[in-house]
Amino acid sequence: MELIKPEIGLIVWQTVVFVILVFLLAKFAWRPILGLIKERESSINDALDSAEKARLEMKNLQASNEKLIKKAREERDEMLKEARTIKEKMISEASTEAEEKASKILANAQETIIAEKQAALAEIKAQVASLSIEIAEKVVKKELDSKEDQMKLVDSMLDDVKLN
Amino acid sequence: MRASNLFKNLVCLVLVALLGGVASYASEKSLEEAEKDFNPTDMIMHHIGDSHGWHFFGENEDAVTLPLPVILYTDAGLVTFMSSEFHHDTSGHHIVEKNGMRFVNLHEKIYMLDQGAEAVEFDADHHPLNASKPLDFSITKNVAAMFLTVIIMLVLFLSMSKKLKKSERAPKGVHNALEALVLFVRDEIARPQIGEKKYMKFMPFLLTVFFFIWITNLLGLFPGAANVTGNISVTVSLGLVTLVLMIVNGNKDFWQHTLWMPGIPGFVKPILAVVELLGLFIKPIALMIRLFANITAGHIIILSLLGLIFILESVGVAGVSVPFALFISVLELLVAFLQAFIFTMLSALFIGMSVAEHEHH
Repeated sequence: MELIKPEIGLIVWQTVVFVILVFLLAKFAWRPILGLIKERESSINDALDSAEKARLEMKNLQASNEKLIKKAREERDEMLKEARTIKEKMISEASTEAEEKASKILANAQETIIAEKQAALAEIKAQVASLSIEIAEKVVKKELDSKEDQMKLVDSMLDDVKLN
Repeated sequence: MRASNLFKNLVCLVLVALLGGVASYASEKSLEEAEKDFNPTDMIMHHIGDSHGWHFFGENEDAVTLPLPVILYTDAGLVTFMSSEFHHDTSGHHIVEKNGMRFVNLHEKIYMLDQGAEAVEFDADHHPLNASKPLDFSITKNVAAMFLTVIIMLVLFLSMSKKLKKSERAPKGVHNALEALVLFVRDEIARPQIGEKKYMKFMPFLLTVFFFIWITNLLGLFPGAANVTGNISVTVSLGLVTLVLMIVNGNKDFWQHTLWMPGIPGFVKPILAVVELLGLFIKPIALMIRLFANITAGHIIILSLLGLIFILESVGVAGVSVPFALFISVLELLVAFLQAFIFTMLSALFIGMSVAEHEHH
């Protein structure tokens, strides 16, 4: 029975000491501790949030980078393609032009050749004619000193004409 | 392999000790004689009870005891003297005379002898006939142990708050462990039981009561330490604080639900009011009995196991009872925390009921 009989002295001491302890610790320990813990918690949360935000931003940045790269690659491909077509066009244009020029040159050359040929032929004809006239003159001068000779020639010539 | 060898060795040791014990028991005095020398009930009651003076070891005049002040409030005012003036006497024989009044220490209760009485006279039930009990506000062993807890708490938590103020970094060592417990009380006890809006107001009380009970429980496990939380006076005081907080912080809703429950037939209301009002007081009473009984029971079990050695007058029993007592002691480490947790948890729950905002139907 002694065990479960409360003692007034101990109750008073316990109550007084406990209440004082609560107030002392509340003022000098619990409130600062809880406040600082809360502060630290919020600062940790903030740090985590900002880290998450940074991560997201990084991701966005990476995505936009990739987009840019892709775009640049596409542009490059486009440019290469264009250059290729231009090159091909240029080559074909150049070759047709060259062909045209060549054929023109050829035609000109042929024309000149023909003209030269004809001129040469004409000259040859004229020279042959003059030469033959000269020769004929000389022959005639020499052969046709007599009248009979002259007649003989005329006759032979006439024979030739008849034969023709 | 090593563990099984160790176990084998342990079993051998226990067996040898038992046999040796039985042998020595046969040669020692008879059981009746032993009973006269050793009374387990007295031993246990002495260990779990309060006392004037903190006894460490030794018997009677050779005892090593820390004297503590005795403070008595008599009709003639306050009387103070050191407990050492009783010279370790608890049988009411040694009389201390102060201010013309005579005091004796009878089973750790201070009695004041009636005017003119020279010695205490006892009736058949060993109750003193010619003495009365003055109001005793002595610094007893329990009060001193309580001061020790208070000092430890002040040192721990003031240094913790100082450390926290100094650096914003995560705490280390003891402070880290304490912070985990502070957060445990906040997040597992106060927040869910009282609610996000009002828990901060009760945190100082809950933290103090949690650490007070836990540290006192742990200190009580030391040999020679006081059984503070296993003392009904201490738990009554703690329960009273909870009761006062429940009553003072009870809002309109709480009192309406206690005294005049809405939504039930009129004739039931007075009956329910009686039940609810009784419940209001039974809640802290349950708290105080739970803590007192748990801690005291633990001490009694350990003391009984160790007492077996002396009851059976055989050192061999120690081979069994010491491991058992060790096991119970380790269990008590858990109980120390558990009881602190339960007391705080239920206090928070009861306070939470008082401040809860009911939704009106």
